[in-house]
Amino acid sequence: MKYLLYVVRRLVQLIPVLFGISLLVFLLLKIVPGDPAVTLLGSHVTDEGVAALHQQLGLDHPLWQQYLTFLGKLLHGDLGESYQYQSSVSSLVFQNLVPTIWLVVTGALFAVIITVPLAVWAASHRNGFGDNTIRTIPLIGLGMPAFWLGIMLVLLLSLKAGAFPASGFGDGFANHVKSIILPGLTLALALVPILVRSLRASMIDVLQSDYITTAKAKGLTGRRVIFGHALRNAAISSVTVLGVNIAYLIGSTVVVERVFALNGIGYLMLTAIFNRDFPIVQGVTLVFAVMVVLVNLFTDMTHAALDPRVRLA
Amino acid sequence: MTAVTAQGASVERMRVRRRQRNVPLVAGLTLLLLIVLAAICAPLLTHWDPIQQDLVNARATPGTPGHLLGTDALGRDVLSRLLYGARVDLRVGFLAVISPFIIGTVLGLISGWFGGWLDMVIMRIVDVVVAFPFFVLVIAIVFALGAGTGSVYVAITVVGWVAYCRIVRGEVLVAKEQEYALAARASGLPTWRILFRHLLPNVVLQAVIYSMSDIVLTILALVTLGYLGLGVPPPTPDWGSMISDGQQFLLTQWYLATIPGVAVVITGLALALVADGLVERFGRR
Repeated sequence: MKYLLYVVRRLVQLIPVLFGISLLVFLLLKIVPGDPAVTLLGSHVTDEGVAALHQQLGLDHPLWQQYLTFLGKLLHGDLGESYQYQSSVSSLVFQNLVPTIWLVVTGALFAVIITVPLAVWAASHRNGFGDNTIRTIPLIGLGMPAFWLGIMLVLLLSLKAGAFPASGFGDGFANHVKSIILPGLTLALALVPILVRSLRASMIDVLQSDYITTAKAKGLTGRRVIFGHALRNAAISSVTVLGVNIAYLIGSTVVVERVFALNGIGYLMLTAIFNRDFPIVQGVTLVFAVMVVLVNLFTDMTHAALDPRVRLA
Repeated sequence: MTAVTAQGASVERMRVRRRQRNVPLVAGLTLLLLIVLAAICAPLLTHWDPIQQDLVNARATPGTPGHLLGTDALGRDVLSRLLYGARVDLRVGFLAVISPFIIGTVLGLISGWFGGWLDMVIMRIVDVVVAFPFFVLVIAIVFALGAGTGSVYVAITVVGWVAYCRIVRGEVLVAKEQEYALAARASGLPTWRILFRHLLPNVVLQAVIYSMSDIVLTILALVTLGYLGLGVPPPTPDWGSMISDGQQFLLTQWYLATIPGVAVVITGLALALVADGLVERFGRR
């Protein structure tokens, strides 16, 4: 019951944020210098044509009214029409969503698989050689551009070793899996430095708490203390840390998709930028923000399910 | 009595810590100084013009006499482009964090001190901005305003202030309950004076520490925009566009895409060390 109340409260909090997101995305198109009607008409521009298009696009209305129209369409899943393709933005986004979701999930999965053993090792062998080595990862990783990391992985694992395809998403499930490994790894490695640092710190905190001392005093083996007792509590904070950084991970997909020519929504956005197709850029930006909001909601709900203290607060 | 000794002991420990060398801080500052010096002294370190093409000597391998790091596909000296690129990327990286720092700190002070509806409104705006993935919003804003450094400053400001605001707000919430803040309030000082003369010096440190990693993040954003063709317009050298140019020759001239990336990583390392050193020097983060 408490949990249900928590979820409801969390959902209510979302409403102003979603309004804000829609407003910011709406304003994004408004800060573009120049008249969109002139851009659209290109070389065929005439005064009558511009006026007619203004009326058609609703640009002759005051700004607040334009926003309400935008919001109304949004609630019906209408993100506008692409300038470039004779197609609605929402259907284009929908077509390109699958590779992006694959990428985000693979990236998050790899990030956890790489981070947890490193952090556990570092925390349980504190100040040892391994710990000191692992502690340099965040220092080096902080300034590592995700796209450059991807290019280096392509160079080493794809061009030199020939183990993975260098670009594209392939056809069929097996090829999808093969194609997503390098981009997923790139995304994960871009995030691992931050995750290792946080998880190591929280693992050390947990290892110093009383119940761990008790467990050790009971004569449990080191392995049992770490995996049976400590990791379970440290996992809660790693869920939160992952949730906080998921926005960064999702944002990095744009660049990673470009490196690997993966036709997700980030790729769609960059192609649209090249074609100066403003509605697509606007639509994809909005979808990305909504993705982050949903993932955050999901991590908060998981957090609350794992840790009763959260929902009681 | 115990409290006094405990305090004495911790003061003593702090003195010991201060006497010890702060290795990360010294190493980070030294490295950073070297990088900045190399960028400033670029014309002294290389006599090549970074945008001068020389198709006869194109794609020379590193170590070629006269071209220490080789030349790119258009015969431009890689070392020279790297050094002049550092000028652009470092300058924009450092300058771009100034306005988010100021705006975020001021709004954080206001939000934390006054609370109430003002705090609510500011925090909701923060929630909205953090909902957008960093790169996505930066790319979208730069695209909307048109590629170039001016747009980068605007985009970084719009996206970057929230982190400072959150940090400073958190610090203010703690600081305003402390004696000096209560004393300042009780003595009837004007609010702006309490905020900027008494609170600010105490709460700004965490923001300064964060700004070190923020500079790295900004340089990363700039390099990424350069890679996507949205950064500094060509032919001005920039590490990001160097990587994207080099990517086409990955099979034959792998070092063209590799070298500028290493430069970014080293710059990031220097600033990360400074940040770590500051944390060690001033505690908690």
